[in-house]
Formats: sequence, C-alpha cells, structure tokens
Amino acid sequence: MIDFQLTENDEKVLAEIRRQGLIVREHARYYDEHEDEFPPDSLPEGKDLPNPFSMLGGRNEEDTPMGVIVLLMAMAQSWGDYSVRIRNTIGGLGNAALRASGTEEQMLRWNGKTLAMAITEPGCGSDSKAIQTTAVLDGEEWVINGEKIFVTTGCRADGVVVWATLDRAAGRSGIKSFVIMKETPGFEVTHKEKKLGIRADDTAAMVFKDCRIPRDHLLGGNEEIPKHGSGGFRGVMKTFNMTRPSVAATGLGMAMAALDFTRDALADEGVEVDWERGTHSRSAIEQKLVEIEADIEAARLAICHAAWLAGRGEENNVEASISKAKGGEVARTATQRCLEILGAVGITRDHLVEKWCRDTRITDIYEGTGQIQRLIIARKILGYSSAELS
Amino acid sequence: MISFDPTEEQELIRDSVREFAASEMREIARACDEAERVPDEFLEKSWELGLANAQIPEAYGGAGLERSPITNVLVAEELAYGCAGLAAAALAPASLIHPLLDLGSEDQKKAHLPGFAGSGYRAGALALHEQHFSFELANLGTLAEPKNGEFRITGTKRMVPMGERAELFLVVARCGAREGVAGLEAFLVPADTPGVSVQREKTMGLRAAPFARVEFDDARVSAEAQLGGEAGCDVARLANLARTASLALALGQSRAVLDFAIDYARERVAFGQPIGQKQAIAFMLAEMRIELNSMRWLVWQAASQLERGNASNRETRLAQTYANREAMKIADNGVQIFGGHGFIRDYPIEMWFRNARALTVLEGVTAL
Repeated sequence: MIDFQLTENDEKVLAEIRRQGLIVREHARYYDEHEDEFPPDSLPEGKDLPNPFSMLGGRNEEDTPMGVIVLLMAMAQSWGDYSVRIRNTIGGLGNAALRASGTEEQMLRWNGKTLAMAITEPGCGSDSKAIQTTAVLDGEEWVINGEKIFVTTGCRADGVVVWATLDRAAGRSGIKSFVIMKETPGFEVTHKEKKLGIRADDTAAMVFKDCRIPRDHLLGGNEEIPKHGSGGFRGVMKTFNMTRPSVAATGLGMAMAALDFTRDALADEGVEVDWERGTHSRSAIEQKLVEIEADIEAARLAICHAAWLAGRGEENNVEASISKAKGGEVARTATQRCLEILGAVGITRDHLVEKWCRDTRITDIYEGTGQIQRLIIARKILGYSSAELS
Repeated sequence: MISFDPTEEQELIRDSVREFAASEMREIARACDEAERVPDEFLEKSWELGLANAQIPEAYGGAGLERSPITNVLVAEELAYGCAGLAAAALAPASLIHPLLDLGSEDQKKAHLPGFAGSGYRAGALALHEQHFSFELANLGTLAEPKNGEFRITGTKRMVPMGERAELFLVVARCGAREGVAGLEAFLVPADTPGVSVQREKTMGLRAAPFARVEFDDARVSAEAQLGGEAGCDVARLANLARTASLALALGQSRAVLDFAIDYARERVAFGQPIGQKQAIAFMLAEMRIELNSMRWLVWQAASQLERGNASNRETRLAQTYANREAMKIADNGVQIFGGHGFIRDYPIEMWFRNARALTVLEGVTAL
C-alpha cells in the first residue's frame, strides 16, 4: 500500500527526539565557537530522558518500516544539532563498512568499537582510485604507509577503516580496506581540521608510517586483486548505499530546522503561507517559503525511498545517489535561502540559522559530492562503464 | 506508515495501462496532435478499459473498482507516458465522475452516474479555469446567484476538457458573500441548458485533446444542481483532485522525455563519441532522473492524503510547486539535448515541450 502518513508510534519517537533536540540546541552555539573542545559524550540533562531508540520496540506492521524510521530519526536528531548529542551513540562510518563487508569474526571482534572511515587523501577525494596509501604484506602483517585527511570522528574513534592500495597499477581493483586501531605503532592523528561548519565535529588528519597490523585486519579477508572490473571495490562501494541516504538525512534535518525557524519568525511578524491560495495571491516571500518547503519535502521523500528499498533488501544504488544528490543540494540551498529571507539579523550569531547554513555546506561534498552522484546516476541510466563516462 | 509499495491490484492495473499506452497511444500521438483531434476509436478503447469510470460503484451500474486517487495517479502517469494529449481526452470524463463520486449527494449520484457507467465513451467535464490572466481558485469570478429556487450562472470558463462533446459540466462558481475558496460551490449543468454556449479552443499543447471555452450567460439550473446538495461541497478537495491529476500527467510525460533522451544520447555521435558520454549531456539526464523521482513521491503523497479523505491543501501545493517547475525543466532540457532535432516536428520532443507548458499551468484537465 502506498502511504505517506506517519503513525502515532512514528510521531511519538520523532517528537521525543525533537524535544531532546531543543535541549541539545542550548549547547550548540558554545561548541561551534569552541572548536578545540569536544562536546561531551552525554549531557547531564539527558540522564533521565528516554533513549528514543529504545522506543522502537513494540512497533507493529502499520508503523513506518525500520530502515525508513531510522533515517527520519536521523533528521530529527540533526534538527536539534549536528554535533552535540544528548547521549553518545556508538558508531562511525567505519562501522557501516564493517557491517557491509566484514567477516562474521571481524564483526564480533570489533563489536562495540567506534570506527571512523579514512578514504580521502591530500591529493584525492572523490577520485578514490588515485589513492596513494599503500598496504604491503610482510609475513603475517600488513605494512601501511600514507596520509589521510577529512576523517570524520577520527580523533575520538577507537579505530579507523583505512582504504589503501595493494597495487597502484591495478587501479580500483587494488584498493582494500583495513581496520587499524588507535594504539597501533606508526599510526598518528596529527590534528583536528578547522572548518567552515560542523566545527564541533571531530574531523581528523592522520598519518601511517610503517604501521604494522595483523594480516586478518583486511576487511572481508579477501587478499586477491580481481583481474576484471572492480570486484573488491564494488564491495566497498556497497557501504554507500546505506550511508549516502543517512548522510543526506543528517544534512536535511538542519535545513528543516532552518525552515522551521524562518517560518516561525515570519509568522511572528504576520507573514504566513495560506495553503489554499496559489501563486497569484502570495507575496514573493511566501512563495519562497513554499518553494523551500517543497524542496525539503522532495529531498525527504527521496531519502525515505532509498532507505525503504535498502530495508527491503532491494538494489538501491541509483536511489541512494539520488537521495544524496537531492538531499545535499537542498540541505545547502534551503538554508542559504532562509538566510536570504531573514536578512541582516539572520546572519548574526544571535541565532542558529547562520550556523545551519555553514553546517549544511558540507552535505553536498562529503560521502560523494553532488557531481559524483550525478556521474553514478548517469552511468547507470545510460548503461556506461566508468571508463565510458568519466 | 511511509511505504512506496503499490497493491497487487494497482500493479496489475498499472501494467495493463502501460501496455495500452505502448500499443494504442505512442504511434498515433503525433498524427492526433497535428490533426488536433482525438479518434473516436481510441476513446472507445480507453472507455472499454474503464480508465475514467471503473470506480463507479456497482449500485450505479459501474464496475465497482475501489475508489482510489492513488490508483488514478498510477493510471495517469502511464497514459501520459504514451501521450499526454490523448490521456487528457481519455480521462476528461473523470474530471466530473470522480468529484461526483466523492462530493455528490445520493440523488445526484443516482441521477448522473449510470449515464457514465454504460458502454460508449461519454464526455462530461469540469469547468474550472477562467478568462482573466491572474486566475486562481481563490479569486474565481463565475457567479451562481440563487433566485426563486434556482441558480443563475454567469461567467466564462476556459480550457474545459472535451468541452464540445461534454453532455454535463461541473461548473465551479462563486456563491454567496464569502471570499476566497470558502465562497465557492460546484454545479452540475447540462450542456443543453439555455444560456450555455461552447466554442473550441486552439491551444499550444495537448492538441490531441479538444478543449473548449464555455460561456454561461444567465444559465439557470435547479437548486438540486448544487454538488453535495444544500450543504454544498468541499471545493478545495475538488480542486486538489484535479490539480494532482494534472501533475500525474506531467510526471508520465516527463518520464517519456527522459527515456527518449537517453536513447538519443546513446546514439547521437558528436566529436567522435556519443553525446551521452559527455558530462554536459549526461548530467542533464541525471538531473532529470533525480527530479522524476522527487516529483513522483510528492504527487503520490498528495494523492495519498486525498485517499485518506484529507483536503491535502499543503501536500498538493508542495507537489504542484515542485512538479510543475521540474516537468517544464525536463521538457525544456529534452529539447536542448536534441538540439535542432528537438525543434523540428519529426520527433515527439517538440510536442512534449508544448504539452509540458500546458500541463504545468492547467489545473482542471481531469481529476483523480
């Protein structure tokens, strides 16, 4: 059955996250302005508040499927704040990679550890086949050498999933991912990046210098370099089919916060959208509000759709990219347009809208830029390989 | 619950309409557009399939398919994939039938539905759009004045689908002193009512579907003609059933543009390689694919609110704002990808461009 109405159970969970989000927001500005400090693992105010994830028990068939509700929860969470959390949640992007391509033994071994994901290097971002970090087998150990940047949660994670090449000449096929824990000699987190937005967030730069790890730290355990295509690489890329919608969801939550703020602020000053009236009876500002809301709704549904497919175990490669392309674009442009409406006072740091505008700018860049997503979509619909359309 | 899963029945209906669109529409679309007419044979075939009237309950002589705006969205998308102009002609009677089903009084349903349940295409049409350029529902000006137990209707309606053939009009008019949408009612006006005159429109797009300008000059109907009886009806719902239907047509045609443009981009060679291998073109296609998705979910969401019996004002406006913008952009970029070939009438692209402009401003082509 096609349906878009949230049930009471759905609303209850989301309302609780938003309620806690308002508490979290009290701390958002402080950590934005004190980027050298990390937000605490948990806020004292949250001690006696229910964990929304524990409210997911006792759901029934009429409720929104788990894969989708979790992303709506992610939106509600970042609606509160991107970086400050009422309680620590275990898991970085590396955990998603572990779930997607780790062996059962590996999943058990690193269960409960927070793993970051290190892909980007100073010389390559989206073009991950250009990765320079190397892994060389020496006896029963891999020796890792290279430099990684823009590693989300890299400072505080227990370990990192690192992309490295076994053979540069093999291109993408030669790239494998390795789990490297923090205490390993030769692994150094050099600094926390200074950024436009999500300043409180932990974004690390790191260096691996003759860093030796046990042989079985290769994620998935397959040491072979496939001769044709990008077999191993494709496995790694599968991770993105879940992480892309959730990264988009996180960005979109902030755009929703910006729109809610803008709508309320204008309503206080007597400007409100009348949904019964059309374009000829709306002011330019009202029209802009309607357009922003339509864009946000479009992105929200694209994200829900990608997650819904994934939740049913269906192929969602194109849809994951669509959700990321749409979500990333709307997250940044919606917040920019809100500031355009709010004008001079909007850009002061009295309010959080300017922060949401800075924070969402990354959404269309990390986890695959909007352009990379379009490339993926275009290849798929045109039936081209990456060599045919690059 | 958020779910994107059509029912099995809906999938069956969608598949059969998809086949119908492929076998009966695409091939004749250009000729019908050029001739500015819809073949009777096509209308009869579409009628046999029950595209416009299958949801009339058995009690009124109909097939008794479950009343479902969502099913109708799926049908409209598939038909418009074949040809939006022919789709508009086939679905025009639904612009009257579906509002009558949802908002008519028992007496009105008894009186009018059996006539639309029989064999043989029968036109009836919603008369919504008006003469002035700043038209929208809230400032609609056609008047229905109650006098001596009658309503006297005066005003000019434009772009009434299948208006020349329609035997019955559903006329939206202002009634009473209240402003905005709250002051509107709808009236069932037989085409042969004295004071009603019909004239064929000449249009930019959707030429296969004959639209008409219908004038009501002191056309008198009985008090029973007011849709919903004395209590009147929810004109906002009526309008949203109609708006969302146009969006579904725009969605189907947008999909046609994308598929056609993909094929062309793979074949057309420039500077030694297919233009699809160039990012400038590939990204336009990717963009279309992205927007097609978002359009579809927004339209589904609006229809799903209507299906739940809600007015769907917000959801319909959001879908309309988004889908109208993107459908036009998709058709526009379709022409761009085809270059000069997009401008000449050998390919359907130039027709789709004209259709897109029509679909994205019309609110009363059909109703879900």
